[in-house]
Amino acid sequence: MKPATVKAIKNELSAYGFISPFLLIFTVLVVVPVVTAIYLSFTDFNSIQTPKFIGLTNYVNLITQDNAFMMYVLPNTLKFALLVGPGGYLLSFWLAWLLAQIPRRSRTVLALAIYSPSLTAAVAMAVVWLVIFSGNASGYLNHFLMSLAIINEPIQWTQSPHYLMPIMVTVSLWNSMGVGFLAMLAGILNINGEMYEAGYIDGIRTRLQEVWYITIPSMKPQMLFGAVMAVVGTFQAGAIGVQLSGANPTPQNAGQLMVNHIEDYGFLRYDMGYASAVSVVLLIIVYGFSKLCWRLFGESD
Amino acid sequence: MASFHGNKINPDRLSFGQWKFFTFLITLSVFMILPIIFIFSQALKPVDELFLYPPKLFVHHPTWGNFAQLFSVSNVAAVPKTKYLFNSILVTAAVVFLSIVLCSMTGFALSKKEFKMKKVVFEINIIALMFVPAAVTIPRYLVVQKLYLMDSYWGHILPMLSLPVGVFLVKQFVDQIPNALIEAAKLDGANDYYVFRKLVIPMIMPALATVSILAFQLAWNNSETSTLFMSKETLKTFAFYMSTLTTTTAMENNIAGQGMAAAAALLMFIPNLLIFIFMQSKVMDTMAHSGLK
Repeated sequence: MKPATVKAIKNELSAYGFISPFLLIFTVLVVVPVVTAIYLSFTDFNSIQTPKFIGLTNYVNLITQDNAFMMYVLPNTLKFALLVGPGGYLLSFWLAWLLAQIPRRSRTVLALAIYSPSLTAAVAMAVVWLVIFSGNASGYLNHFLMSLAIINEPIQWTQSPHYLMPIMVTVSLWNSMGVGFLAMLAGILNINGEMYEAGYIDGIRTRLQEVWYITIPSMKPQMLFGAVMAVVGTFQAGAIGVQLSGANPTPQNAGQLMVNHIEDYGFLRYDMGYASAVSVVLLIIVYGFSKLCWRLFGESD
Repeated sequence: MASFHGNKINPDRLSFGQWKFFTFLITLSVFMILPIIFIFSQALKPVDELFLYPPKLFVHHPTWGNFAQLFSVSNVAAVPKTKYLFNSILVTAAVVFLSIVLCSMTGFALSKKEFKMKKVVFEINIIALMFVPAAVTIPRYLVVQKLYLMDSYWGHILPMLSLPVGVFLVKQFVDQIPNALIEAAKLDGANDYYVFRKLVIPMIMPALATVSILAFQLAWNNSETSTLFMSKETLKTFAFYMSTLTTTTAMENNIAGQGMAAAAALLMFIPNLLIFIFMQSKVMDTMAHSGLK
């Protein structure tokens, strides 16, 4: 063999040396589970006996038989995602933009305050929410509203089908300033100042025009990264309803999201084939929403 | 032009024109940190203040009583709380270390090496950014079972190790290193390992700091692997123990338990906060290169 070929092969091998540990773990944790989920979704599997192939039955049941899914879980998931996803995203961008308008020191302090909810663990924050939204008269929210005479009777916030969803949305918005928020803040700060000067010479008059014509187009890649993180974060944040109400399914399915539905069928009823079908549908939905973000913010070339 | 220079992006000093931004930001920041201040306050409240009616937001006579109680009262399984903490620290340290190793190796190869599957691997990683691990809990459970990782520390560690965001951020950061620098080292006879270890690693420290924060949050806050993969109480983590303290029934029937739960919540939160404060400038450095195209 020519020395050049030997060198090329060596180079190739060395590259795989660097990349194979990641590929191995990625295969075991992501590829194999996704393939397994797709396979199990076509079977009847109770986690003890071997899976029995039943074709599309699970999907057919999901669409035609599962009242809870069609009436509550799917609408809840979409409602939750559409409120928390774009809501949290716009809030992140707005806060990042506001932060970029003030000097460095004060920015660092305030950015930390805004990011700090993302540092908390959901399991730990349950302490706060359960006490604030406690259903008896000594709950903080009940006491506050009763002292202002807005309500007369304490409200069972987390047990009420009426209030559970709004509380879930509020709590999720509260900790939605995560990695995407930091990326957007960095993106805004890194825009070249001359871009703005040029924009003002070209006739930009208001701050809104400035944001629309200069800031957003100059940080499209960060906007896209933030959007993808928002989509994934939103569909991931499923545990919150079960945590608040202390029950799966949540009271009258009011806060039931797809992630809870998967857990309910998979680990409480041991109908893992059916739960896998729900998983596959969830993965497709998340992928679809992410692709939509790509359409909106991706570079066209 | 005057108005433009009056309030420009990233100003050098405070000026009166910024008051509008401060008004919004301070209001929102207060709203954001109120629940966190509440944990501090609740954790330091003596029992009589926890029972107080009407409830008061702030603590009046702070005490360490809740922490003492947290570590002295034994639970049903009689596992010392320090064991849960030890497990959490061990698992988190392993996850952070291994994530740094994996992400830096992969990021380096995806940025600076030429090989056949490069484009494919990078594309797959981008798709994986959109992946929701919660959707594959069941197959992951089966995988962990098949690999005989149930009831072992690896059962905690392995599921936390795929961090597509980390690989992506490191790769973007390595892209900033000029190729000429690496070529020069190669001409001097350095091999890939040497280039990676001595040249690349020192230059991507900010990205590695970011990966370590992300990995830390993931591992430290995680209670799922304990619930799903561990049947032995002595192998469970502090986050799991935390979750047992806050089940609705445990909280509502037991007001004294609320103070203990708040103390535990504070122990969960403080390490996250400290690490982020120490590394925040490096994180912002990394995030500047986080754009997706």
